[in-house]
Amino acid sequence: MIVDQAPYSLRQALKTGLTVGIPVIFLLGLFVVPVVNILSRGLQVGGELDLSPVIDVIKSESLRKIIAFTFVQATISTLLTVIVGIPGAYVLYRYRFTGRGLVRALVTVPFVLPTMVVASAFLALGVKTSFGAILVAHIFFNYAVVVRTVGGLWAHLDHRTELAAQVLGASKIKTFVHITLPALRPAILAAGAICFLFTFTSFGIILILGGPSRATLETEIYRQTAQLLDFKTAAGLSVVQLIAVTGVLLITSRLITRQNIALGLVPADRTPRVRTRQQRLLLLSNLSFMALLLGLPMATLVIRSFSTPTGFGLAYYRALGTLRADSVLFVPPVEAIKNSIVIAVISAVIAVTVGGLAAHAIIRYGQALNTALTIPLGVSAVTVGFGFLITFDTAPFNFRSSWLLLPFAHALIAIPFVVRAITPILSSIDPRLREVAETLGANPLQVWREVDLPISARAYLVGAGFAIAISLGEFGATAFLARPDRPTLPVVIARLLSQPGELNFGAALAASSVLMVLVAGAIFAIERARVGSVGTF
Amino acid sequence: MKRLALLLAATLITSGTYAASYQKSSSAAEEKTITLVTHDSFSISKSTLKSFTQKTEIRVRLLLSGDAAVALNQTILTKDQPLGDALYGIDNTFLSRGLSANLFIPYRSPALSTVGEEFKTGEDYRVTPIDYSDVCINFDKNWFADRNLAVPQTWNDLIERKYKNLLVVENPATSSPGLAFVLATIKHFGDSQWRQYWKKLRKNGVQVTDGWESAYNGVFSAGAGNGDRPLVVSYASSPAAAVYYSDPQLDASPVGTMLDSCFRQTEYVGILRGTKHQAEAKKLVDFMLTRKFQEDIPLQMFVFPVRNDVELPPVFKNFAEVAPDPQAISSSRIEKNREKWIADWTETVLR
Repeated sequence: MIVDQAPYSLRQALKTGLTVGIPVIFLLGLFVVPVVNILSRGLQVGGELDLSPVIDVIKSESLRKIIAFTFVQATISTLLTVIVGIPGAYVLYRYRFTGRGLVRALVTVPFVLPTMVVASAFLALGVKTSFGAILVAHIFFNYAVVVRTVGGLWAHLDHRTELAAQVLGASKIKTFVHITLPALRPAILAAGAICFLFTFTSFGIILILGGPSRATLETEIYRQTAQLLDFKTAAGLSVVQLIAVTGVLLITSRLITRQNIALGLVPADRTPRVRTRQQRLLLLSNLSFMALLLGLPMATLVIRSFSTPTGFGLAYYRALGTLRADSVLFVPPVEAIKNSIVIAVISAVIAVTVGGLAAHAIIRYGQALNTALTIPLGVSAVTVGFGFLITFDTAPFNFRSSWLLLPFAHALIAIPFVVRAITPILSSIDPRLREVAETLGANPLQVWREVDLPISARAYLVGAGFAIAISLGEFGATAFLARPDRPTLPVVIARLLSQPGELNFGAALAASSVLMVLVAGAIFAIERARVGSVGTF
Repeated sequence: MKRLALLLAATLITSGTYAASYQKSSSAAEEKTITLVTHDSFSISKSTLKSFTQKTEIRVRLLLSGDAAVALNQTILTKDQPLGDALYGIDNTFLSRGLSANLFIPYRSPALSTVGEEFKTGEDYRVTPIDYSDVCINFDKNWFADRNLAVPQTWNDLIERKYKNLLVVENPATSSPGLAFVLATIKHFGDSQWRQYWKKLRKNGVQVTDGWESAYNGVFSAGAGNGDRPLVVSYASSPAAAVYYSDPQLDASPVGTMLDSCFRQTEYVGILRGTKHQAEAKKLVDFMLTRKFQEDIPLQMFVFPVRNDVELPPVFKNFAEVAPDPQAISSSRIEKNREKWIADWTETVLR
């Protein structure tokens, strides 16, 4: 075999350049520059930086109240989601039972559903607009984040450590608190951080389910930018949002790196089948909870999509293909599904590539890059969207109205998930394996292919699954990008919802049901894929 | 490993061909394509737009950019590097903002002679009126009939005890019909009294939602969500939409309009300063006032054409109504007071 024999330092430099450089360029181009551009509209007076809008925001009593409410609702939502998500992760990733793959796919579906549709399901179930409704909806949307992130690690924990503790006389509770929980801490913190960012920037839920007098930083930034065109106040609020989000991420990243327990990871396939009565009870109670919180609203949507004035039937699904079929903006449902899938796949490829490189950089150079790549999740979609408009406005970078901007924007949101899926597995690989390979003459690409990929292929797939799901359901960023044609399913749903008439609403429910099936199918297929010699740690 | 490589290769090929097919279709008529920036509610039929392209050899690319306010604000933000050649969908509640940003170049379309004086702005022809709609209170006919209760007719009926907890409105801070309805009360009751009126509405249990979708599809009893309130702020054309979008087709509309509660919104098109296709954009403006385009408006966007000499579709003639005496406020006064009015309203109704 002919091997590239470049001097070690040059190869290393090249590797660093790739793994650090590409994610950094991606982040700079698609996030930092657009956001700085739009903020400078509000924070620049005659070329000078003027921070008075930030001070005005902090001085204003009503805006301070909004900031406080944003924190409170996000914190409570996050805590609740983590508390109910941990037992869910346990039963879905530590037990084996028939239909587990399907349940895992189904709990992920809420994560990507259009807010408007979900809110209408909640309202139809008798939920009234209130603070409680916000919390319940936030759990509904973010449950999958906790279950998948925590479960992903839990599946690989060596059960024998817990058994050993119990043999030595520790109770089950004591074992959980002293052995299992500390081992899960990085995953719990990571999932909690993501939940916090999502709920901190929650938009539709606050507006629709919170009732008219509730406002958060996100809804206020939207109002100032999109309605009032007050870039000063919007920039002041955005700076507060950025500081808060960065602070929360820095703290969690500190907490994650501080713990230094060597994790004994094992292949996931060794999870036991459900046997004892106690296990069955735990499984049953968790599945009932999922059925009630996640299943019921989704089932309501699907049932309503078949319930026409003339009885149970497919009229709303047929309407998807015929309603306003003469309009220039009409897309046949098959076309919308195709658009959604193509954009989702492209964005997943981008996210896995950039996220995979970043993961390598992160295990080598530390968490700073991870934190930086996660910040976009906590920044208002309207800020980034309007930033895009004034950044990509001159040739050869006039991408403002190109549909390609969409998969890139979706990838920006998906990358933190990809990184979180891959990093733990990569860092569990004994670095000596790579060193041995290098000593034997393998170039960095070969090392990656022969050492890293076989072990982490599954993690890449999990990341890709998240990326596809995010893209399929994404509407927030999509709404602020000019989108000339090729509407995705969420765009079609939004259009249908904006006109009166029972057929429009029914067709929107039908399209939402199609979206649910699409997402569940994608996740299910990815979970079942077996790639390489997975599980040989 | 191999499978992964295959998957990746397949992806790249698909995205490649997808991009290629798109490039081809858009670059074919590069010089002759103009871009119309508009809001998400825009629609027109394929045959109408095709007839324009056939006649003029100009292609129209549509850039749907959020709701009317977002589309306008994006246009203002990018005015030095315009997103397109014309903006359609700016209405009288936002017109003043667009004019003071100096977005448009004047154009006096010869077709304007067919448009009623009441729609013209008198603003040096910088924008051209295309359509209008009346924001009004809609009522659920069956709900009132079932209870033998008279449908409210006037502003003062709405604050009577027997209509307690029946009305749902949209928050003017986040909703365009919501703002229009507040403007109607400001015009009717005047600067000194309108807040008093809202205080009484509040006492009578008015419900507020974030936007039209939640109000009409969620809370309104004749909307798709079968909510529990029979009065909602929507449009005078909603009764027609309720019939048009029903299956099987209804022969009477379940929805009626309280014609005394209306505020008129007129939508305009303007040619964006900085366009490189001025002549083509002018042709598009002319086209939007042709009989063909104007006749197509009602069933595509559920608003009324500004030309009064065009035939309305039967469902409009039978079920949509036009307010005889809608409220109006000059757009400069709206722009100057919008923020204060919304803050006052919030203080009165929500705090």
